[in-house]
Amino acid sequence: MLTYGLVIAAYIILRILLAGGHVSSALQGQLVPITAYIVMAVSLNLTVGVLGELSLGHAGFMSVGAFTGVITSASLTSSVPEPALRLLFALIAGGIAAGLFGFLIGIPVLRLHGDYLAIVTLAFGEIIKNVVNTLYVGIGQSGLKIGMTSGNALNLGEGGKVILNGPMGAIGVQKISSFTAGFILILVTLFIILNLIDSRAGRAIMAVRDNKIAAESVGISVWRYRMTAFVTSAALAGAAGALYALNYSTVIARKFDFNTSILVLVFVVLGGMGNIRGSIIAATVLTILPEVLRAFNNVRMLIYAVILILVMLATNNVRLRAWFQRIRPGNGKTPVISGGGDGHE
Amino acid sequence: MSDKTRMVPLPSKAIVPERDALERPILEVSRLGINFGGLVAVEDFNIAVGRTEICGLIGPNGAGKTTIFNLLTKVYQPTSGAILLDGQDTASMNTVQVNQAGIARTFQNIRLFPSLSVEDNVKIGLHNQVRYPLITGVFRLPGFFRAERQAKDQAMELLSIFDMTDLASKKAGSLPYGAQRRLEFLRALATNPKLLLLDEPAAGMNPSETEELMASIKKIRDRFQIAIMLIEHDMRLVMGICEGIAVINYGKIIAKGTASEIQDNPEVIEAYLGKKKE
Ligand SMILES: Nc1ncnc2c1ncn2[C@@H]1O[C@H](COP(=O)(O)OP(=O)(O)O)[C@@H](O)[C@H]1O
Ligand SMILES: [Mg+2]
Repeated sequence: MLTYGLVIAAYIILRILLAGGHVSSALQGQLVPITAYIVMAVSLNLTVGVLGELSLGHAGFMSVGAFTGVITSASLTSSVPEPALRLLFALIAGGIAAGLFGFLIGIPVLRLHGDYLAIVTLAFGEIIKNVVNTLYVGIGQSGLKIGMTSGNALNLGEGGKVILNGPMGAIGVQKISSFTAGFILILVTLFIILNLIDSRAGRAIMAVRDNKIAAESVGISVWRYRMTAFVTSAALAGAAGALYALNYSTVIARKFDFNTSILVLVFVVLGGMGNIRGSIIAATVLTILPEVLRAFNNVRMLIYAVILILVMLATNNVRLRAWFQRIRPGNGKTPVISGGGDGHE
Repeated sequence: MSDKTRMVPLPSKAIVPERDALERPILEVSRLGINFGGLVAVEDFNIAVGRTEICGLIGPNGAGKTTIFNLLTKVYQPTSGAILLDGQDTASMNTVQVNQAGIARTFQNIRLFPSLSVEDNVKIGLHNQVRYPLITGVFRLPGFFRAERQAKDQAMELLSIFDMTDLASKKAGSLPYGAQRRLEFLRALATNPKLLLLDEPAAGMNPSETEELMASIKKIRDRFQIAIMLIEHDMRLVMGICEGIAVINYGKIIAKGTASEIQDNPEVIEAYLGKKKE
């Protein structure tokens, strides 16, 4: 409840400030990206904090959602002229596409023990980036066309329009995202994730995180609940990607690379593992901060570092330590051979 | 010369409490075995457990007792033998399915969900007892609040067995050792098992706690009418409440019988006290 209140209050305050013209244009430009990053951080927290699995490719799902969203929006330009409705369709399509990719990755990986998910999601993020770089998608009289060579090779004909132009990324995107849409997406994300956590499935997910063998011993399918958390997380990242992409006239795949995945992971770790409100605050502060600090140009990175440390101390460093223990290989995990045996050291 | 082969007695010399004798045993295990690489951890393990029997599994450290629990619950896949639960072969089942079929357990080195509350730990045990779809939970559809209320009531009722209701909101990991063992016991019981496996339930408990635990185990058996199989080193507990006792050494059953039969068995005495000098 406090979390919803915080988000709603922040939105109302910003709306008032915007109406009064008190918000700098630089910050105005950041509003939609901030909402997208908040959704990214909160959704990644579901995988990393609540499920306890490390994902290093969250930006990959954002990318899938971004380009699916752009293509959806471009294809619907004439059939759905209302931008808000078109945005809704684009977010849903982006979410579904990213969720599907999450599911496909999850089928083999979530059955394995160990940190395979980290490795595979890392690879996934890089692969998606390279695949998008080679894709040419356009829309013409005969509908959507996809190619791998060039925009001209798509033969779109009279009135055709290239949507995705290989390494140039998505071009000529109609900017239909808005701060209000981002705000609503945050609320929807919170609604889904907080309700999920506080339900039978959420308890099962946290049981799997706390002790996989014990969870199985009480009849909980580890794979199923890992999948539930991971796909939900991926789908929400996809929606965030669509929101983000439809805020710019051009979008390149490089925007959603490993650095972005790590940035979002930093939000989650600093905000606190499993701490949803912390993710929101960390994503907001750390997205705005570089802009604000531009004024203190020469000491900028120093202040940034100090603030990072303060945030880290302020949030739960106990959990942080536990997390570092978790990601160190072989630590706190059952050795492979015993496959979770007990009673022998 | 006849082509008929000789008749031999089966390895099973199963005994169950008289009150259970008319019904099929809840657990029938024959020739169960597993080896890890070259090490034969359990070999030719046979047992039958009556439907309301309290059965003990004793033996020196490293004898293979915990491994037997891991085999029964499919944490390990047996390399040989068959396990029948209520007449149903569990060969094709995994850990989750075995629990759903009716075997629940505790662990020698406690495995709670330490970061979750005591109440949530028991509710997680109720996972397959109080069910509703994922969507109902996420969108708070009708039925959600009723099901959650039911889960809470059942969890509290289970916690009241060990007078733990006032600990409900405490983190499981913060409980004292004895309370953690009791919570794990209740979590297993929450899955509504036909057979409950307890791995050293009295470990780390003082004599008066152990005394209480013995009474509770009997009380739970009477109330839920389930079979309980327990591994325990505390002989007062084993001799006090176990009806059938199996003694394991080097992965094999060396004796099976009632408390008094076991106590008089020379092989058992040898396993526990070492071979007597000539
Ligand atoms: N996963 C495993 N890998 C190798 N050896 C194992 C494994 N699990 C158990 N063992 C071995 O099996 C034997 C029996 O162990 P265990 O069942 O834990 O004994 P206990 O009777 O004390 O419970 C021990 O020698 C142990 O080292
Ligand atoms: Mg043991």
